[in-house]
Amino acid sequence: MSDRTRILLLLAPALVVTGTLFFGALGFGLLRSFSYMPVIGLTDPNLDAYVAVFTSPSFLRSFALSLYIAVTATALSAAIALGAALLLRQTFPGRALISFLFQLNLTIPHIVGAIGILYLFSQSGAFARLAFATNLITRPADFPAMIFDPFAIGIILQYVWKEVPFLGLIVLANLQTIGTDVEATARTLGATRWQAFRHALLPMLLPGLLSASALVFAFAFGAYEIPLLLGANSPAALPVLAWRSYTDVDLAARPEAMAMALTIALLSATMIAVSWRLARRTRHAP
Amino acid sequence: MRRSLQLLAGGALIGWLVLPLVPLAVWSFAHGWRFPALMPQALTLDAWRYALSDTAGVTASLALTTGIALATAALATLIGIPAGRALGQHQFPGKPAVQLFLLAPALVPGIAVVFGLHGIFLTLGLAGTVPGVILAHLIPTLPYMTLVMAGVFANFDPGYEAQARSLGASRVQVFRHITLPAILPGIVTGALFAFLVSWSQYLLTLVIGGGRVQTLPLVLFTFATSGRNDVTGAIALIYILPGLLIVALTARTLTGRSPALAGMLRP
Repeated sequence: MSDRTRILLLLAPALVVTGTLFFGALGFGLLRSFSYMPVIGLTDPNLDAYVAVFTSPSFLRSFALSLYIAVTATALSAAIALGAALLLRQTFPGRALISFLFQLNLTIPHIVGAIGILYLFSQSGAFARLAFATNLITRPADFPAMIFDPFAIGIILQYVWKEVPFLGLIVLANLQTIGTDVEATARTLGATRWQAFRHALLPMLLPGLLSASALVFAFAFGAYEIPLLLGANSPAALPVLAWRSYTDVDLAARPEAMAMALTIALLSATMIAVSWRLARRTRHAP
Repeated sequence: MRRSLQLLAGGALIGWLVLPLVPLAVWSFAHGWRFPALMPQALTLDAWRYALSDTAGVTASLALTTGIALATAALATLIGIPAGRALGQHQFPGKPAVQLFLLAPALVPGIAVVFGLHGIFLTLGLAGTVPGVILAHLIPTLPYMTLVMAGVFANFDPGYEAQARSLGASRVQVFRHITLPAILPGIVTGALFAFLVSWSQYLLTLVIGGGRVQTLPLVLFTFATSGRNDVTGAIALIYILPGLLIVALTARTLTGRSPALAGMLRP
């Protein structure tokens, strides 16, 4: 058996499964989004669904909301994760516990975190009760809305809770690969602690952090159950809106659901591709 | 000064990481806990008793979720091992493209493909079935398994296999005595995390299962939105148990030194 055949045989199952399930589904969705459904006599592909979606105010509001949620959650998570990783590099009591909690948190499904956030921050939740006990509020409605609210605070808090450990562990792994030589060299050359971090260490950490952040962005932009549980009804996050269209009694709404799903796919893939390109460029920069 | 800042930041981080789990745990033992009470009026095991009774459907769902996750992990392992071998040990034209092709499902959110998949599965009769859900769960799990196995095989010297063969071992014997022992730790780690990825799927199960495949996250969501906070707390704690066990078991091999865990689990 030649090497070529051997490699092909080894890869074949994975290629077939990914090709059918993932790319098949993507292609099927794409055809449907062009309103191509031979089964019910629609044989003229067109862009009607995309036009309908992109001229719909409710879609545009949902798109903006999901973009805002994903950008804010990613930026906050990345900043806190960077700080946490720098902290975990040093030795102090509690470091092992944080390491353990980081790993544990990675395994906790998002929906559990979302319910926890709900019980903490809702208007009858733990913090509202604390505010009542300290006479800050006199009834639940006085507590600032952080769940089902237009600013999606609860949703963002949930992502930050889940993604700080994810990004933090990635930065920490990079820090351990880099070691302390770079900073030490910068310091002996007269750099302050801040300058050594800003000009020597940070540029080496950014590529990894950037690529991982793009994954977080894609997840936050495309997640369904978290905004469903913690988000406002209107505008709803984009995945929630897409699911509503998909389950609409009017079958004509299905191509629009597919168009929304593919818009999410395209934006996520673009963000990841751009981050990879940027990361490569930063890595090669002198 | 610097020391106390460290401790303060560390303490805040620990508090924040644990915080969302606290009300879940307290609720699961709470008997009547209305606003504005800071603590439940009384503690009880009622929620746990109800959650573990037959009427709640949690135990059946637990068995179903475990079965689906085990089947998904097994399938991902069987398919991921050969693919990982090809990627970890061989250079071939188009390799970056193949890697991207196999990794793509882990990068794109599930919502992007799930409607299309549902359409296909409707015509194949797989929609609303457990096998359909297992196949759907392969989408996010297979890329991780392949990546893990590619890493394992990159550190495995095929020379040992050649030596065993030249000493007269059969193909089966070589795999049984040489290859398998070397890659087994990698397989176990990969399979554990494949299990967890399947275990935490919500949307794929909801759409492909069409309400007929009630895994634990779906049951949890139903209770969370029905106002049964006590039962919700109990189910949530049951739901995070496998992750807790896996971290406790693998913590030694996966300390902060190894990026494996972060690299493997999705954001």
